[in-house]
Amino acid sequence: MTTQTALPEGPILTADGIPLKDSLQKSLRQNKLRAMFLVSTPLLFLVFLFIIPIGNMLTRSVDDTFINRVLPSTIEAFESWDKVSEPPESLYSAFVNDVKAADKVDIGKVSTRMNYAKPGWKSLVKRTARKIKKLKGPEYKDDLIKIDKRWADKEFWLSLGIMKDKATFGYFLNAVDKTYDFDKNIIDVEEERKVYNTLWYRTLLVSFIVTIACLILSYPVAYLLATLPMRISNLLMICVLMPFWTSLLVRIVAWMIMLQQNGVVNDTLVASGILSDENRLAMMYNFNGTIIVMTQILLPFMILPLYSVMKTIPPTYMKAAQNLGATPTLAFIRVYMPQTIPGIGAGCILVFIVAIGYYITPELVGGKDGRLIGNMVAYHMQKSLNWGLAAAMGSILLAAILLLYWLYDRIIGIDNMKMG
Amino acid sequence: MPSENALVRFVDIQKSYDGESLVVKNLNLDVAKGEFLTMLGPSGSGKTTCLMMLAGFEPATHGEIYLKENPINKVPPHKRGIGMVFQNYALFPHMTVAENLAFPLEVRQIDKSERETRVKRALDMVQLGAFGDRRPAQLSGGQQQRVAVARSLVFDPDLVLMDEPLGALDKNLREQMQYEIKHIHENLGLTVVYVTHDQSEALTMSNRIAVFDDGIIQQCAPPEDLYERPENAFCANFIGENNRLLGNIIEDHGDSIKVEIDNDAGVVEAKKVNVGDIGSRTTLSLRPERVTVNPEPGEVPNIFSGKAEELIYLGDHIRTRFTVCGHDDFIVKIPNSAAHAHLKEGDTVNIGWNVEDCRALDPSD
Repeated sequence: MTTQTALPEGPILTADGIPLKDSLQKSLRQNKLRAMFLVSTPLLFLVFLFIIPIGNMLTRSVDDTFINRVLPSTIEAFESWDKVSEPPESLYSAFVNDVKAADKVDIGKVSTRMNYAKPGWKSLVKRTARKIKKLKGPEYKDDLIKIDKRWADKEFWLSLGIMKDKATFGYFLNAVDKTYDFDKNIIDVEEERKVYNTLWYRTLLVSFIVTIACLILSYPVAYLLATLPMRISNLLMICVLMPFWTSLLVRIVAWMIMLQQNGVVNDTLVASGILSDENRLAMMYNFNGTIIVMTQILLPFMILPLYSVMKTIPPTYMKAAQNLGATPTLAFIRVYMPQTIPGIGAGCILVFIVAIGYYITPELVGGKDGRLIGNMVAYHMQKSLNWGLAAAMGSILLAAILLLYWLYDRIIGIDNMKMG
Repeated sequence: MPSENALVRFVDIQKSYDGESLVVKNLNLDVAKGEFLTMLGPSGSGKTTCLMMLAGFEPATHGEIYLKENPINKVPPHKRGIGMVFQNYALFPHMTVAENLAFPLEVRQIDKSERETRVKRALDMVQLGAFGDRRPAQLSGGQQQRVAVARSLVFDPDLVLMDEPLGALDKNLREQMQYEIKHIHENLGLTVVYVTHDQSEALTMSNRIAVFDDGIIQQCAPPEDLYERPENAFCANFIGENNRLLGNIIEDHGDSIKVEIDNDAGVVEAKKVNVGDIGSRTTLSLRPERVTVNPEPGEVPNIFSGKAEELIYLGDHIRTRFTVCGHDDFIVKIPNSAAHAHLKEGDTVNIGWNVEDCRALDPSD
């Protein structure tokens, strides 16, 4: 014990007297730099193509600064109005001055935004804006009412209360068939304008049914893929992947030929006498069409994770279970299936996430009652140009997916997921 | 030969996977109650196939297997009531150790309190009483192995099959487990059919060893018989170390024969075991520890001169490679004691052996 060398005082030094820590850092620096270089490209990619667009969407769903920018003095005059008395002259002249100062395009955009708060704003502003340049002050109230008598309606002015803040939850409320009244209380929209709640409900229902249908159909296929001899399972794998390699549109059109009123399925059923000619099944342009076609299209997303998990389960487990006295069925349920849970989880999450935002299939075969929320997002992006509402819907979808992810992590554990 | 107390009988079993070649060729084997029988052989010799047929996972192509005198060819695996330890243990990863052990009891609908008693007893037997709540993945290889053994025994089967159960363990642990399994076998009076390709494992544990090669049982005998009295060249070679001399029979004296070694390298007198008539070829088998270095003249009938080519010091003995009778791979184990000559490489000395120790067996290549 006495021969033990005393520990040196202070930091440990390397042979050439440099502290060990510094030497270590120096030797690792090169590796760190290389790692940073390798990671920088995907990081940039991620920032530009994922984080920024998603962030932009999230901002857009609550952003309400535009009206403040275009009509600043109007909002200011609105704030000083008591909201009980008739709209004062100051409000009218502020509005006229703002419109005179603003760009024509901005006026168009702002009127669209105002129309969301109270229908009628758009036509009112449009009609007035053309004539407003010619108005000579200083009093504008009577002139405006002369142009359109709706200017005397207090309701229009009161609706500015919903728009005056820089951020709004209005789009989110609209997305679930709710809105603000002029005092910023949350109320239901009128019965005949309710559309989205049904769509949300239907989207969840369709995603759920499609996920379950995919699971039921995929499980035996994946099991065969994992257990059949290589030669046959390779062939089967090609059958699974073939549709995956075929264009989505081609597949949908093929389904249209199969499912339509005079399509292959109906013709076969009628010809074989199962259906009479006048009772042909309506399998397309409705809910059923969406379910059938989406299930087929999303099958590989379920089969592949299941297969990759099943492939790793050695056949000895089934043998062992039977040897211990379990019937083949019981062995399958008690021993094989629990081990496929990571695959089931991954497949279900994958299919559900893809299904919840699906848009092209319902668009083509969904008809009126097979349409999903994804179609509404597309409509507001492309047709109505209400990007705020589209962004709000997108954000809700994103939140739903994150919630699902969180639930999955709580129940099964994300570490257990195997994507293949 | 149907015996009264045979627990398992293989009768004329043949097995083919592809319809073109036989993996098991006409197997007849009895396993007595309480016996530890090892099926030993190189890979591809058909031993595991035999075990799988007994467990019910492979159907026999021809023949019948009897368990307690009942034919079991048509009995599915889960109704055979045979315990089995698999090569990689096959412990269910999603169940705890206790759940793994309770599984066979559960499917037999044994009630909960009885189940717990039996699981605890089985775990205590393999000294893992405290590990019931762990998952198999949290155990070491040796512990997993014990759990697998305990699981195969927990439902009190008459017969336990073990398919190379110690293959994945390191050497020390393997030896320790050999003794443990042996003791469990003795204490519980089990019948065990054990498959391995490790001959020392087979020698240590078995009551009887069936040596498989090419789908045929080459010899089925207790370990000492198999080592001391191999009946053919394959067994002599496969079990333990063995010197081979090839030659033709020139004289037959009933119990012993004289064999002329190839290339006129000399004539050896050997014990007649498994040979043809005069003039046919034979393989002489001689254990390295039965060879004497520098024998007294007349001490042994076979004396030849040998050149020491290589010496390997192994502590208790010195393994020496000689060139004898034209064979340069003749191994002799010289005990490390004062009474024995200490050779150097290149020395030429006389070496000799007894007729009894040199067995004339069937010709091999």
